[in-house]
Amino acid sequence: MTWTTEEMARRAAQEIPAGAIVNLGIGLPTLVADYLPPGHAWLHSENGLLGTGPFPYEGDEDPNLINAGKQTVTVLPGGSTFDSAASFGMIRGGHVDLAILGAMQVSETGDIANWAVPGGKVMGIGGAMDLASGCRRVIAMMQHTTKTGEAKLVPKCTYPITAIGVVSLIITERGVFEPLGAGKGFRDALH
Amino acid sequence: MIGRHGNKVRASIAEALAPLEDGMTILVGGFGLSGNPEALIAGVVERGVRELTLVSNNAGNLGKGLATWLRAGIIKKVICSYIGNNQDLHTRMASGEVKVEITPQGTLVERMRAAGAGVPAFFTPTGAGTVVEEGKEVREIDGRRVILERALHGDVALVRASKADRFGNLRFWRTARNFNPVMATAARRTIVECDELLDNGAIDPDDVHLPGIFVHEIVHVPQHENAFEYKTVRPRP
Repeated sequence: MTWTTEEMARRAAQEIPAGAIVNLGIGLPTLVADYLPPGHAWLHSENGLLGTGPFPYEGDEDPNLINAGKQTVTVLPGGSTFDSAASFGMIRGGHVDLAILGAMQVSETGDIANWAVPGGKVMGIGGAMDLASGCRRVIAMMQHTTKTGEAKLVPKCTYPITAIGVVSLIITERGVFEPLGAGKGFRDALH
Repeated sequence: MIGRHGNKVRASIAEALAPLEDGMTILVGGFGLSGNPEALIAGVVERGVRELTLVSNNAGNLGKGLATWLRAGIIKKVICSYIGNNQDLHTRMASGEVKVEITPQGTLVERMRAAGAGVPAFFTPTGAGTVVEEGKEVREIDGRRVILERALHGDVALVRASKADRFGNLRFWRTARNFNPVMATAARRTIVECDELLDNGAIDPDDVHLPGIFVHEIVHVPQHENAFEYKTVRPRP
């Protein structure tokens, strides 16, 4: 079995309870929003927006209403805007129920590496460490292996760590996996 | 004797930026190109100060905003959270022309919130077990590994607001708020660029986003580019 990215996003959407506050990371996780019924959950953007809506209609876009990926978005009725300190207070303070984040590696102890490739260009940390260590639940959504076929579900991360022991579920094109702890590998949660 | 909160409205960008000096630490609001004090950013290049330490989430992008400071060669150090595709910063970091300190975004803003609130340092779990720990005190508090982070002060903050009254009470627009109000609290001198300048009383006290106590100079700039980074839209039904 191999899922398409759309099927991965659909599966990830099932992990979001009604009425939850969710932060979707940049890249693959942003697709998850397309599979949430209207009004199901509140999307948090760490640049200072809760109640993030879909992309605006052509002509309605506002360069000062953006998500954390710097894409133009809308704000839903009931939404709010706030400063970065309040926004990261929501994250660090455990008020955000769930983060679905892209990842380069996840370890069997739930460590996540998603901000830097060894020897690669340094893109920066952004909100990655705050989201991974602060949100109440963290799901990693990623391809199962690297482009060169190396495993991304690993005993121990070799890439620079983002946060330790935080990932409880991993969704890849091969299914859904749970880290089981040191030396115990991953449980295939589908089969 | 004149208090710090007398007449704050300045006639020009040049007048507002007159107190800048070489070597200062300057906090500049904005998330990418959103919520940038555009005229103040341009004015700093014209002002001709150098050897600046810039604190900004991104230090510009696409050659715009604070990337113009990098191109002008007036920055010696950047404290930021994310570089992304900001090629102007990548090249100068690689050549060693600009020193870059990267910090988690929530820690960056909290360091300035602490500075503004008179808290010299704080323990945070963000970055525990990562490279962010390097050179810092690490403790376990209530069973959690936490890092000591220090307050981050600026000599000057450059802030963009949508509305200001003459005392400097501010309102912001949508996600242009981002780092702006926090940076305003963390600098010895805060200079605001506002889209609209109003008389005192025009903003209801309950609707003030940032009280004027944190603002020292105001310039009215009605026109802004407000550049898009990623214009994403959907077709009308």
